[in-house]
This record gives sequence, C-alpha cells and structure tokens, in this order.
Amino acid sequence: MPTETQEYTRPLPKMRGFAGEFYNYCKKHELRFQRCTGCQTWRHVPRDMCAKCSSFDWEWAQSSGKGKLFSWTTAMQPMLPQFADLIPYSPVIIEMEEGVRMLSWLTDVAPEELKLDLPVEVVFDDVTPEVTLPKFKRAG
Amino acid sequence: MYALKDQACIVGVGETAYTRGSGKTDLALMLEASVNAITDAGLSPHDIAGIIPPPLAATSEHFAANLGIEDLRYAVTVHMGGASPITSLQSATMAVACGVAKNVLVPLGWNGYSTMRVRDMGGKKKANGGGGGAPGALANTIGEYYLPYGANVPVQWYAWLATRHKALYGTPDEAMGTIAVTSRKHAQLNDKAYMQGRPLSMEDYLNARWVSKPFRLFDCCLETDGAAAVVVTSPERARDLKHDPVYISGIAEGHPYPADDIPARPDPFKIGLSFATPKALHMAQVDLKDLDFAEIYDCFTYVVLLQLEAIGFCKRGEVGDFARGNRFELDGELPLNTHGGLHSEAHVWGMNHIVEAAHQLRHEAGKRQVKDAQLGLVTGWGDFGDGSLAILRR
Repeated sequence: MPTETQEYTRPLPKMRGFAGEFYNYCKKHELRFQRCTGCQTWRHVPRDMCAKCSSFDWEWAQSSGKGKLFSWTTAMQPMLPQFADLIPYSPVIIEMEEGVRMLSWLTDVAPEELKLDLPVEVVFDDVTPEVTLPKFKRAG
Repeated sequence: MYALKDQACIVGVGETAYTRGSGKTDLALMLEASVNAITDAGLSPHDIAGIIPPPLAATSEHFAANLGIEDLRYAVTVHMGGASPITSLQSATMAVACGVAKNVLVPLGWNGYSTMRVRDMGGKKKANGGGGGAPGALANTIGEYYLPYGANVPVQWYAWLATRHKALYGTPDEAMGTIAVTSRKHAQLNDKAYMQGRPLSMEDYLNARWVSKPFRLFDCCLETDGAAAVVVTSPERARDLKHDPVYISGIAEGHPYPADDIPARPDPFKIGLSFATPKALHMAQVDLKDLDFAEIYDCFTYVVLLQLEAIGFCKRGEVGDFARGNRFELDGELPLNTHGGLHSEAHVWGMNHIVEAAHQLRHEAGKRQVKDAQLGLVTGWGDFGDGSLAILRR
C-alpha cells in the first residue's frame, strides 16, 4: 500500500455516535467490538441492543485482532476518484475469531493471492491525526 | 396465507421509451408511463384511487395533483430498492382485496443514466459524511464502514457474495456469461430494448474489461432513463376492462438478516428471496415445475444465479450446472428474462420485468412470446439483497 505523503483525501468515517466510539479505539490501536454484557454475544456493525437476548447493556470488548479472509472483490475501475490511484485494490471481508465480520483492506497480499480462510491479523493505519483505519496483514 | 390468492389483477401496463438522455424529469417519465398503463387498462386517470410510487423525490401527492385525483385513498412507498416494485404490487393487492382502493397505480421511473447513476451511489457527500447517495437504511453502514475502504457501489458489494460462492462451489464464468448472452439474445426480439441491434457472444462477454472482480463489464446491467407502470384492480372490475386480466396468484417479500450489513450475515446466501419464495409458492398453490417463464431481477449476472438457487430451481452450489445448455432460451425449460431484462432492455428497477410478464401472459409478446404461457414468476432484488416474488397467471 502506498505511503500517504500528501494530505489524505479519501472518505473517512464521521467519528460520531457508535462509529466514533469504534474508530476512537482504533486510534488507540485497539480493535474493539460491542459485546452484550447479558449473553456475551459479540456484534458488529454496532447497534443499540442485542439481537439475541434483547439486552441494552453492552461493552466495547477487546478483539484478539486475529481473523481469516471471508470474501473479497478487486476493484478494477475507480467508482470514486479518491481511490483511482489505488486500482486495483481489494475491499475484503474479515471474519474475526470472535465471530463478527468487518470490511477492511489487506496490506501485504496481492489481489491474485487472495483465498478463502487466509489467516490475518489487524494492523492500524493512522491515516490522519484524527482517524485510524484498522487494516489486516498475513498472520505470522 | 391464501387470503390474497387471485384477489387482484394487473389490468394495465405502460412504459416510456428506454433511452440515455430523456430530457424529462423522473416525474414526467413516470406520469407518461402511468397514463399509458391507465389507457391500456381502459380506465381514466380519475379512476385511480391508490398510488404507490418508488422511494425517489416524486411522491404520491405529485402524482395525484398531475393526474387529477381528488380523493386519493391509499398512498404508501416501499423502501426496498429494486425489490420495491413487486412489494408495491403486494401492497396494491392488499389495498384492492381489502376494499381500501379500487384501482391502484404502481409507477417506477428515473433518469438512471442522465442524472442518477448507480455507479455514483454511496460516494456522494452529505454534510455529516459519506453514504449520502445510498438508500436510508444502508447509508450509515456504507458511510462509516465501507466507504473508507473504497467500497461504495453495488458492483462491489454483490461481488463479495459472488466471490465466496464461486470459491466454495466452483461456478464457472460461463454460467455468469450465459445470463448476459441470453438476455442480449432475447433483447434482439424486443423493439423497446436498449440493446436491440447489438448482439453479444460468450467470447465478447469473456473478453470484456473487468469492473470489480469477479464482475466484468457485461455482468453489470444497463444504466438507462425511462419509466414503467402497472394498474391493479379487482377480478370483478377486471371483467369489464380492455384486456384479459393477469392474476396475482402468489406474492411475498423477504429481507436478508441483517438487511443493512452484508458481511454480518450468518449465511450470506440466505437472501430476501429465501424467505419470500415458499410463502408466494404456497399462496399460489403451484410448483416451480409449473412455471412457463421467469423474469429474474438482473442487476448483475451472479445475482440472477444466487436467486435461482434461493428460489429452489436447483440446490445450493449447483447453479453452474443448472445454467448449462439452452435452458433459459425462449423454447428452453425455463425461458429467462424474455424481454432482455435490466441487462439488455432497460434498468427501471425491474418494473419492466412485471410489464413483460403481463405481455407474456396476455400472449402479446410477439416474436419473443413463450408458447402458450400460462404461469410466470417475477422477482425483485434491492438494496443489500431484499427480495420479492410474484407468481402471475392468465
């Protein structure tokens, strides 16, 4: 992945509400997901209540940061000008050990090397002083 | 479950020309298609008592004011993207069956090429972040969790489903190509089809450029301007109208879980149609083998393949084999997207699939008529995989 030498121009999360809380932990280089304190069920994307036991009580629980590749696409045509310089790039779905899945990028895997269940672990990319995006690399 | 079976009929269908550069507003396009549908039914605009417009800028009030409907009795809108037309048809069926409104208009149209291209969806900036061009329920997920990674459009989201399915089951590219090539072949027999006069071979399909792997150019449907509309009424009233009624025998909607986030789904191939299909088939009291044709929502080729499996035409993972041979041709076992679909006729959110099914069942489809068609299936797919399904009969 190219190092950002100039001002970061790609879209960023707005750092408010649940998303703000999620990405603020990323800024501290902690990957945390919501976990119900009633039934211990993990969830992502963040929600107000537990879909399993209907509890409104939850915590931001630390993830192991380890997961595997669930699916992906490789963008061959820019749909947004802010990503044109990265073509081809691959938005991937990672299934975490905790069971939740999230969208991300892999930092060290070429598109042709993508395969189901590839083991990966989280890395943190401080793209701006305010925002850190969780990304993934091959697990060691 | 049987309450709605054959309780309402499609009695009028209408369309505009399908173009790139209509020079008209979305509302003007929809009004034109609506008047065509109302005229086709043998009704006057003043006979319409219910309107179910799509989740776009034009509301039922705009329609009523233009059509001169003083006593608008039923006005709702369905928020299911391309699954909206059939779910709207379900709502129209309920309104007619319950006596809330006698004649219900279901219009859909837009400038899908000139002013609101799907490829721009999700990237538009709102004051508070991205995801602004996407439908309401999805905007938060896209803006906060997909867009920072450059995943803002359907061709990328649905590619996640296709990639995993292909990797698990080995579906060949040619199965996807069959959908594109067959749709284009059928469009050659349809004067309204945007792609008439431009045939497509399997070689053309395979040689086309990549858009977002595993999707090539012709895995993606058209972006066009245009509108289509249908009028729904009761079987009693239908007897006095111009055309033989097309009965809505079975109809249902379904939503994947959770609907607003694709990665989180425990089973990514359990889509809206997985929930809707058994309900609609049960209502209509028919089997899949009874169907004479199927108009399957075809925003992307692989989305058709996933729907064929979810409906139960073949088992999960077997659609690669199912798509071999001439099954989907007009004289095949399951004539598919007989008008050319979103791929080769036009992209009006699948309202054109409903219109085509009505033409087939009225035996007025001309050169592309499926012989003696009695029973057809139409599906919708929208947002992140919402689904809807109608079983129609003559």
